[in-house]
This record gives sequence, C-alpha cells and structure tokens, in this order.
Amino acid sequence: MKFHWFHLMPWPYLPEDFQEKHRSVWVDVDYNLFDPEKGHHVYNEYLDELEYAEKCGFDGICCNEHHSNAYGLMPSPNLIAAALARRTERAALVVLGNSIALYNPPIRVAEEFAMLDVISGGRLVAGFPVGTSMDTNFAYGMTPATLRERYYEAHDLILQCWTRKETFHFNGKYTQVRYVNPWPRPLQQPHPPIWIPGGGSLETWDWTTEKNYVYCYLSYFGYIRGKTVMDSFWRRVEELGGDDNPFRAGFLQLVCVADSDAEAERLYAEHVSYFYNRCLHVYTGFADAPGYRTLKTVRAGIRAQVGAAASALRQNLTWKDFVEQGYVVAGSPDSVAQQLEEVIKGLRVGQLMCLMQIGNMPKEKVLYNTKLFAEKVMPKLRGIWSGYEDHWFIKPLPPEKRAKVGDIREPVIA
Amino acid sequence: MPVEPETISVRDGMFQPRVYRAGKGEPLLWLHGAGGMAQRFTPDLEALAERYEVIAPVHPGWDDTPGLEHLDDVHDLVVYYQDFCDALGLTSFYLAGHSLGGMFAAELAAARPDMVRKLVLVAPVGLWMDETPVTDMFVLLPQELPQYLVADPSNLPPALQELFRPPADADEMAERMYRQIANFAATGKFIWPIPDKGLKKRIHRIKAPTLILWGDSDRLVPPAYGELFHRLIPNSQLVVIPGAGHLLPLEKTEEYVREVTNFLG
Repeated sequence: MKFHWFHLMPWPYLPEDFQEKHRSVWVDVDYNLFDPEKGHHVYNEYLDELEYAEKCGFDGICCNEHHSNAYGLMPSPNLIAAALARRTERAALVVLGNSIALYNPPIRVAEEFAMLDVISGGRLVAGFPVGTSMDTNFAYGMTPATLRERYYEAHDLILQCWTRKETFHFNGKYTQVRYVNPWPRPLQQPHPPIWIPGGGSLETWDWTTEKNYVYCYLSYFGYIRGKTVMDSFWRRVEELGGDDNPFRAGFLQLVCVADSDAEAERLYAEHVSYFYNRCLHVYTGFADAPGYRTLKTVRAGIRAQVGAAASALRQNLTWKDFVEQGYVVAGSPDSVAQQLEEVIKGLRVGQLMCLMQIGNMPKEKVLYNTKLFAEKVMPKLRGIWSGYEDHWFIKPLPPEKRAKVGDIREPVIA
Repeated sequence: MPVEPETISVRDGMFQPRVYRAGKGEPLLWLHGAGGMAQRFTPDLEALAERYEVIAPVHPGWDDTPGLEHLDDVHDLVVYYQDFCDALGLTSFYLAGHSLGGMFAAELAAARPDMVRKLVLVAPVGLWMDETPVTDMFVLLPQELPQYLVADPSNLPPALQELFRPPADADEMAERMYRQIANFAATGKFIWPIPDKGLKKRIHRIKAPTLILWGDSDRLVPPAYGELFHRLIPNSQLVVIPGAGHLLPLEKTEEYVREVTNFLG
C-alpha cells in the first residue's frame, strides 16, 4: 500500500463571513483578501510541511494546479515541485498535475516535467488533469467545447516528446511545430509514471484504462460517495479487459489523527469547517461551463462536486456529520486505521492520497497529524495489497548514482 | 397548423440540419440565436411567413442537430452556410439573424455580398467594447435568464410564458437543462470567452442595405452596440424599439414584424 501526502495550499485567511459576503472562492474572488507578506510565510510553511511528510515516510508528496482562487495557491505546481526536488531525496514528487490543455505549445509541460524528473533523479509522477471548469474555461479562457480535444492532443504531443529520440514534426489541430526536440527528456524510461486525476467522467475511465495509467478519484465526499464512483470504475476496467491490480487506482481522503476521537474533534473541527464552507465556496455559474462536461456525461447525470448544489448538501454539516458520512476520516490512530482499511479495501485503491493540512490548519497541527499518522496508522495498513506489484510508481536512480544536493563549499583551486 | 421541420442534406450528407420552412414570397433566411429554435416555428416567424418564404435552419450543434464537430470557428460556419444555400438553390435572398445568429448573418453578408439582398440584424453579437461589455451569458443561472433576456419579466407575452414556463416534472427539467447546456456549449465554440472573433475586420464588406434592430432594455447585449454596428455597416439604419429586451422578436412581435416588413418591402 502506498501513502501520499497531498497539499492543496489553501489561503488560510478567508474571513468568517466569507460565504455570506463573497459569491465565489474561485475566478472572481476578491484579491484584497490576499496579503503577500502573509503569503510569504504561508508558502514556506506549506513547503516545510511537504518536506516533513517525506521525512515521516510518506511514499509521495503531491501538489496540483489551480488558477485565480483562494482554494489552492499553486498556479504553477512545477515551481513547488522544483523547490521540493532539491530539499527531498526519496519521496515521489507527485505533480497531479499540469492542466496540459492550457499550454501552447504543450511541449512546455514535457520540458518542465522532464527537468523535474532529471533534477530529482527520476522521482516525478506526471499528472495530467483536464483542470476544473473554473481554472480552464473561466480563468484561462479556454473554449469548453474543445477543451477535451485539446487535452488529448496535448497528451499525444507530450508522450511523443518523451518517447521519440529524433527531431520530429507535429501537425496537430491546436499545435503545429515543425521541429520538436525538447531538451531534456525524462530520466525515467520510457517516461515517468502517468496518473490521471478525474472527477468521475465516463470517457476518462475508458481512456486511462486503455492507456494503462493510474486513475485518481479526487473527491471531497469521502469513502461513502467514492464507493459509487470507484465501483463503476472497476466495472469498466473489467469490461475493457484491464486487470484488477489496486495500484492502478488512487483516492484522496481527508484524514485527521489525534490521541483520541474527542481530541480529533477539538483539534481539527474548525479547519474542516473552514475547508468545506470557505475553500469550496464556488459560484454555481463558474462550476461547470456549458460544454465542459461531454454531453454524454451530462446525459449520464454526473454532477460536478462544487457549486451551489454541492454546497447545499453540506449546509450546516457538523463535525459529527463529516465524520459519520466519511467526508473526513478522523479519530484515534486505531480508529483511523480501521476506517482507512475499509476505504482502501472497499474502493480497491493502492494509492491513498491523504489530505492532512485542511483549510486553515496551522503548521503545528499539520506536523502532529502527519507524525501520528506515519507512526501509528501507516504501519498497520502497509501490508494491504502486498500480493500485488505497483507498476505505476517511480523508478529513481539508485542512491549511489545520485547527485549530492547542496554540497556547497569553497573552491579547491586556489 | 404547426410548421414541421424537414431534414436536408448539406455537403453530401456530412451535415443534416433540420429546416423550418413556411410561407410564399421572396426567400428570407433566418438564423437563430444561442438558445436554438425552441423546437418550434415561433410567432414572429409565423407573422413573417405571411409575406415571405421563411427558411429557418437549426445550426449544427443546436437542438440535437449533428455536425458541430466539423465546425471549429465562424469561418467554418460561414462556409457551411454557403454550402447550405447551394443545397437549397438559394442564390439571392433576404437574410436575418438574432443575437449569435445576427453575428453569423453579418459574417455571411460580409463574405458573400453578392448573395444577400437585404440584411436584418436583431441585437447581434460579434463586436466588443471594453467600456461596455456584453453580459457573460455563460455564467447566468437558469433562474437569472429572464431578467437579462426580456425587458419586463413580470409581464410576458404568451410565447415567452411558454418559453419560461416552470418545468412540469423532473424529467422535463433535466431535458431542458440538457438542451440548454448543449446549445450554450455549441454557442461557446463560436464566441467563448469574448464575442469578438474578427467581425470588425470584415464588417465593411457588407454591401446589402441593413436594418439593425435593438430593444432599448436589452440587458444582455447593451443597445450601445446598435450604434456601433450602425457606424460600421455602410448602408445601415438603426431602429430601437422601446420596452423590449434581448428577445424583442417575441417580446414586441407586432412592432418587430412591422419594422422588418417595412424595411424588406
């Protein structure tokens, strides 16, 4: 079983009356709510937390991409991964990922990911999300109806960038380049593991299975709702003739560990509330631009997980509700281990992404949460799926071949 | 008798649009707006069909009409409508369009001044002024639409009452939502995220005498755009209809039809 530590990097200073006074945390969120001096500390503390997660033994540390929002402060996750590449040495750098349809030419993504892979000694996991409608259609102006076509074309170009060794031309509908020859190409061969975060659309299941990529269901509605989606995913994998290796699936879960169940509530309840009520407060008009979901998916009735309908579902939910409905797995180490075992086995996932900095949770609590999990929960769950091999994980250079990072000294030549 | 659409073949069957046709007289090609044809031949078209042969096709991508995958932008659309006219044997005709259809009509008239005898643009999009932005229709919630589309949502004529009627049940609501998403998705293909796709570089090519109609209470495309279209189209006149919003053909059908028939003759 693999455990990854996921950071969204939320802006932790949204006011208490945010939901009443502002219509959206995304797209047209009031920039006066940001303070770059506070931001300086926020970014550096968040990077500390990710580095600490590696130290504690997590297999991967994860970042992702969002734009024009206070929900997650990483318009460029590659910058975060670059900072981590030098200050960590073991964990996978799971960039989940770059919204590849946004970049023209998408060669830029192939290049930056390759740089990260080479700098980190082969520790990159490359994530290719379509990106939310808020990010892609509204903040970046992409036409909804052609976003997915653009995404698939960008994917094909990036894969060619990584796997072809000659200079080639690419005559796409959205990108035309006469001389494609990126330097560098990745260290991991034929290319870094590719993980696809998705919200549960039909086409994505088929495509990830066909390509043999990891499918990551990033939901904030926890195990109980996730079960419906993952059951359908596994059914589809079987129909398409894929094997049932759990490592081809990932799931994101909010996790809060403390000495006791009561202590978990005392420590974390306010931050979980901040996350659901402020960080996910997205104006419905921005949640799902017409054409963002394919008409097939619209017909299937799969809804976005943000926006008014989703907010309404969460209205007045208390800590007890969040825990009982599985939005948050919380409690004593024993209790958390028991709940997560159910999640892992029930959803059949080999890659668990733990969200352990939640909303405005301060660094001290984040470190505590992380440490308790690593010391008292992880060991109990490690052995699950030990009969399967993870074909979708990083293959870094062995330690003896790795560069000595940060070896700063005076020159020898006098 | 309601007018039933027929399906025709364009470009050897690559496109199979539905076309509503009614009336006798000079041909009048009508291009609908972002909302589609509302599944019917509306009262404004019925009134025009008393004087003209009204030809109202559904654009590829709207109201379950296939073929949108073959159209990437407004240039493709203009070429498509030339093929469409060829398929119908239309060589010289009156052309009218509403909203997004007004933009299509202006583009077609600029590309083929030889085909268009007279042009009617009803609250078209296609131009942009930073100081007077067109409302972003794509972020409007279903319940917000009436206040942007009509001058007085509390006093709707029958045709609009039908359009804004609350859905009878969950199935109808789902069906309507699906249709709106599909139609707006198609719309986005031509005007996302800002309806300024180069018409300003081509609009001077419009040679046909042009009537520009606007509702004085249009909250979707502000009436200031009427002035701009009027300034940029050489042989044009602007008529602003009081008490009308963006859906003026259905809000003030009588005045609207009178203006159009006076102009077309």
